[in-house]
Amino acid sequence: MKQRPIWNAHLAGAVLGLVLLLTFVMTGHGLGASGAPTAIAAATSNVVAPAATQANGYLGWMVENGRNPLDSWIIWEVLGVALGALAAAWWSGHLRVRVEGPPRIKNMGRLSLALIAGVLSGFGARVSAGCTSGLGLSGSATLATAGFVFLIGFFGAGLITGLLTRRMWK
Amino acid sequence: MTFPIEWTGPVSGLVCGVLFGYVLQRGGLGNGCRLTAQLRLQDWTVFNVMFTAILVAAGGLYVLELAGYMHTSDIFIPTTYLWATLLGGALIGVGMGLGGYCPGTSVVGAAAGRIDGMVFFVGLIVGVVAFAGIYTPITPLMNAAEGPQAQTLGQLLGLPPWAVLILLVGVAVSVWWLTRRSGTSEAITCAD
Repeated sequence: MKQRPIWNAHLAGAVLGLVLLLTFVMTGHGLGASGAPTAIAAATSNVVAPAATQANGYLGWMVENGRNPLDSWIIWEVLGVALGALAAAWWSGHLRVRVEGPPRIKNMGRLSLALIAGVLSGFGARVSAGCTSGLGLSGSATLATAGFVFLIGFFGAGLITGLLTRRMWK
Repeated sequence: MTFPIEWTGPVSGLVCGVLFGYVLQRGGLGNGCRLTAQLRLQDWTVFNVMFTAILVAAGGLYVLELAGYMHTSDIFIPTTYLWATLLGGALIGVGMGLGGYCPGTSVVGAAAGRIDGMVFFVGLIVGVVAFAGIYTPITPLMNAAEGPQAQTLGQLLGLPPWAVLILLVGVAVSVWWLTRRSGTSEAITCAD
């Protein structure tokens, strides 16, 4: 498949805005992401340690009375994200199995970094009760103060990290 | 007819998700190199895509409300818990700086074949379990400095929604103008 360049950023943003608007019109809420790993964590934890999960102050209600946390809108949505991105990557000639990351770091290092960063991100998304999609994008689209407060924390800490790790990417 | 139509089943999730994932991938937001390049101020795709999307959706919601098709009270508006919202955002920012993704973009990156994106997603699940493990003792921090329920910027600043929208358009246009030289850099492909 021939490689197609990515869309112009403002075009992509406009289309993304329309998709987000459609989501609000359909469901009353916006797009999200971190709810899916949360549901998977609750379901997995409930299989490995059911008593502890049901007694847990955060995950307990998701699995009480035999409820299945995977039976939720956000799981279907994130599955859709994967399918949509897969189709787009294939169509644009960008589908290829590989490990990406800082050029100066070897693959095992990149994967370790991705794992640690994922843990921080997953933890953080529970602290703020939403991630870049649910709070930063969807929250801000409702003009919620929370969305913009989130973005200040996100870009603030992100910029510091980005600038501190600048040399790693050369 | 009034919105939302409360279509919230599996098909609704799949439809919204497929469109979301398709656009993120075609917009270049599944590429960890490009995402971190924004944090190094070398590429402005993330800002331009995100801010445009926020403004288009916010403008659309405002027009639907004006036309009487929608009531703000029927859509979900999150509430600020100042420290938790800031701290969570900061952790996700650090996560993106180090690992290249946020939760949603890791799914997009993984779907294009990036193993680091898949590993990042596994990390997310581990992070949730870690959070659940210490949730009870940190509950006071989670609930500290709670803002007014579902407060909007307009309510915070004492401005009507249209004025907030104009203000945000001003921010988006100014940043785009000031950074247009970096814009969307063709050079950002990393391993490619």
